[in-house]
Amino acid sequence: MSAQEIVLQTKNVGKYFYDPEKFRVLNNISIQANKGEFLTLIGKSGSGKSTLLYLLSTMDTDYDGEIFIDDIKVTGMHQNQLAALRNEKIGFVFQFHYLLPEFSCLKNVMIPALRLGNYTRKEIEERAYKKLEMLGLKDQALKPASKLSGGQQQRVAIARALINDPKIIMGDEPTGNLDSKNTQIVFDIFKQLTREFGQTIVAVTHDNDFAEHSDRTIVMQDGVIIDQNFKVS
Amino acid sequence: MKPKHKHNISSEISISYIVTKKKLTMIAALGVTLGIAIFVFMNSMMKGFDRTSTEGIFKTVPHIRLFKDDETSKPLAQQIQKGEETVIVNPRIVPENNVLVNPNSLIALLQHQDQVTVVTPQVNTNVFYNSGKSQISGLSTGVNIAEADRMFNIRSYVVEGNMDDLKSVQNGILLVVGIAQKMNVRTGDNITITSSRNVIKVMKVVGLFRTNNSVTDKSRSYINISLAQQLLQKNSSYITDINVNVTEFDNAADYAARFSKLTGYKAEDWKAANETLMAAGKMRKIIITLISFSILLVAGFGIYNILNMTISQKINDIAILKAMGFKGGDVIRIFVQQALIIGMIGLAIGLLLATVLVNVLAHVYVGGDIGYFPIRFEPSMYARGFLFGFIITFFAGYIPARKAADVDPVSIFRK
Ligand SMILES: Nc1ncnc2c1ncn2[C@@H]1O[C@H](COP(=O)(O)OP(=O)(O)OP(=O)(O)O)[C@@H](O)[C@H]1O
Ligand SMILES: [Mg+2]
Repeated sequence: MSAQEIVLQTKNVGKYFYDPEKFRVLNNISIQANKGEFLTLIGKSGSGKSTLLYLLSTMDTDYDGEIFIDDIKVTGMHQNQLAALRNEKIGFVFQFHYLLPEFSCLKNVMIPALRLGNYTRKEIEERAYKKLEMLGLKDQALKPASKLSGGQQQRVAIARALINDPKIIMGDEPTGNLDSKNTQIVFDIFKQLTREFGQTIVAVTHDNDFAEHSDRTIVMQDGVIIDQNFKVS
Repeated sequence: MKPKHKHNISSEISISYIVTKKKLTMIAALGVTLGIAIFVFMNSMMKGFDRTSTEGIFKTVPHIRLFKDDETSKPLAQQIQKGEETVIVNPRIVPENNVLVNPNSLIALLQHQDQVTVVTPQVNTNVFYNSGKSQISGLSTGVNIAEADRMFNIRSYVVEGNMDDLKSVQNGILLVVGIAQKMNVRTGDNITITSSRNVIKVMKVVGLFRTNNSVTDKSRSYINISLAQQLLQKNSSYITDINVNVTEFDNAADYAARFSKLTGYKAEDWKAANETLMAAGKMRKIIITLISFSILLVAGFGIYNILNMTISQKINDIAILKAMGFKGGDVIRIFVQQALIIGMIGLAIGLLLATVLVNVLAHVYVGGDIGYFPIRFEPSMYARGFLFGFIITFFAGYIPARKAADVDPVSIFRK
């Protein structure tokens, strides 16, 4: 394998929860994700997958160890710097779509780009249309987000995650609410993003099939990594 | 790294929140409308009251009055040390004339002071206006009418005859309408007055005036100062009061203190001379300020409420916006803007409503000493209302907005 460009790395990351009692939810987590890699994270319920993902997302800053995103040490950075970094480099897809129901699909997709301000409004609109087209939603663009089906809403959320061409797309059970057909659509898009645009996917999933077809699967158990390259045989 | 383009997405979001809550927004705005209208209206009213009250005072009272205060006698010997024999003293008012020594040089001195507009001597004397067998007691003020007019604007409340005739008619008298009616005299008639020294003079009524102050209107008349001196059997250097007007009557107390030091006589400013009126005015001010601010504050709570509601309903939006890179400041901007938009709608309508209220009330006749309701368009109160309305609106938005900015998105996504 040729030298890979690492876009996401943790060094000995650990975390405590203090409520209701102090316990070490994550311990000694050292992982890395390469550019263009489709990485999945599996493990039993309560093993700490979501907790880890929130640390990687920079939204949760209460941990020990170090996290690097795109060669930048994010550990210890100020909230506003982290927000700017998320805006530019990370796209999020959750189990729930979290679209703003008052806004059209198009406007929802545009929001992170309007915040970033790298393009004019017109350019942003064109780009948003392209992302929606890629997800097969072009004809739904002007509908209010609340008027779409669950699968469509999830795809709009993915389009929104992609609008700023982030280096990393993080998903916490992004297909958790979807049927097998929609799951397949999302999977194919993720695959395409890694292959065609060199974006990195880090997705927590309970779907073994989904994990099996990803590039690499990390397995967690009781807050530790027990397998960095799991193969569903 | 600065963004190349600034898109105001925060205000788009706040506007969408307003649009989805039209009804509540209108109610909150209506609260501000009423709050601001009442605030501006009440404060304009207070300003009107204050103005009529000072205008009324300045019809007969100068900004500063210089006179010789009563002196109390001092013990001939100083109090001896404690334990030793004590001198019994019985302090009394010194039986001396309340007369200003060398008044002309005092007047000249005062005239040369900064910001002094009018200086004029005055001699007051209690008189009886004789009408057949009955006598009406009153107060006659001996003045130099030209100067007194500059000070009290006497000309403006003369209702009959000519004030200036007092200059040429040595024994002329400018009589208040109330007395004239009781005595059944008109301009051109003669009346006799009797002074406290039992000097009787025949006076020629040169004009009638009305001040709309019920006390003044039942007693006062203006005569030439020389005649007043004659009524008191004094010579022409007998001056009891020197009246001074200054440019800034609100600072009269400062001038008074200075003049007192300068001349050695007591200088009393108009506020001190009208303590009761001033106290009533102060009380009115406190009450109106309290009430109008409370109403404005209640209006602020309306906005505060709608914002709290929006924030708890839109907590998911806040979480995802923060996840996508909105900073705390961006979130605050969304909600403060929402509050300000509601507030500005309310303010604009409220200021309009205040104008209507002021206009309506300005045409209401209340009679008495007041006449028409003493209220008018007060730009300073509009400015103040706008300012306080803005500040309250801002904080009604900022306090909940700061809470929204502190939302931990992870705790929302975990639900
Ligand atoms: N806010 C919290 N305070 C205290 N403990 C928490 C908190 N959030 C999660 N935990 C605990 O931390 C552990 C890991 O939770 P986490 O959500 O990361 O699990 P997970 O692997 O994502 O599970 P699932 O597959 O069910 O989503 C669990 O034992 C959970 O009860
Ligand atoms: Mg989870």
